[in-house]
Amino acid sequence: MKTRKLLSTLVCTCLLAGCAPSTKAVMEMDQSAVQLRSYQQRAFDTADKEQTLRSVIATLQDLSFVVDKADLDLGTVSATKLSGYQVRMTVTARPRGTTQMLVRANAQYMDKAVESPKPYQDFFTALEKSMFLTAHQVD
Amino acid sequence: MYRLHPGRRSGWAVVVLVLAASLTGCAATIPKDALIPTPDTLERRQLQSRRLDGISETQLLAASAGVLQDLGFNIDESETKLGVIVASKDRSAFSAGQITAAVALALLGAYYSVDKTQKIRVSLVTRPALSADGKPRPDAQVIRITIQRLVWNVENQLTRIEAIEEPAIYQAFFEKLSKSVFLEAQQI
Repeated sequence: MKTRKLLSTLVCTCLLAGCAPSTKAVMEMDQSAVQLRSYQQRAFDTADKEQTLRSVIATLQDLSFVVDKADLDLGTVSATKLSGYQVRMTVTARPRGTTQMLVRANAQYMDKAVESPKPYQDFFTALEKSMFLTAHQVD
Repeated sequence: MYRLHPGRRSGWAVVVLVLAASLTGCAATIPKDALIPTPDTLERRQLQSRRLDGISETQLLAASAGVLQDLGFNIDESETKLGVIVASKDRSAFSAGQITAAVALALLGAYYSVDKTQKIRVSLVTRPALSADGKPRPDAQVIRITIQRLVWNVENQLTRIEAIEEPAIYQAFFEKLSKSVFLEAQQI
């Protein structure tokens, strides 16, 4: 009896989950914004936005990305990597105080957001080398 | 007849569900090395980059746009302040080899779907070369291009998404660019 109840509950849950509209993905967030930012952004000790973005582009090219869009005024770069799979990244740079640039990256792998810290750490490690600057963790 | 204990059965159901959930989770994670430079990063950078002297960044971008047009690319995006041009073209992906293979397989009663169209994307990025004291030079530039393509078969299914890394392609591009820079310089 218990089993039957458990199974019917499971089936109902699955069906209900199936009924939820896929538009909920628009405002979906698996983690809190604070948590996401803790590994998606770093501060660099430079006030040069253009140089920061040029370094971001060079790093993305090193990682086999093809740039999709770039905008100096807005401070954004988007790029796609195709290697049997697809990774899309958007990187933004904006001033933090008068001496630092805050660089934020977000990535999607196929049709999913990348929400583990490691790939972002890898990206910032590569960016640090290209910028000859240390990436500071931001609180 | 063998019957599972009820408690056990629900245990199995849970195990199967957890396995199914973890499997779908695994299929969608980014490869570990996706954002790590590889040992051939430097080699690829050299293959995809050239340095041109006696030209400003704006002049080089204009000449580059000309080469992309010569090759039938359409410009999708550009941001000259960052030295970026993004271009693409859609072309046929039919290859004689694939068609031969498809015919051979069809004779054997098997079906093979051949590639039909491809989208080729290029990002072209320039930056001022640095002088001995590390300052950007107005009259010498470094250009780097990266190329990738997506291929669809006759059923409109995506069959290939890949970076194009054949050295000959990059060499041919830069040869054309050298000529174009010369043409721009001569204002022809």
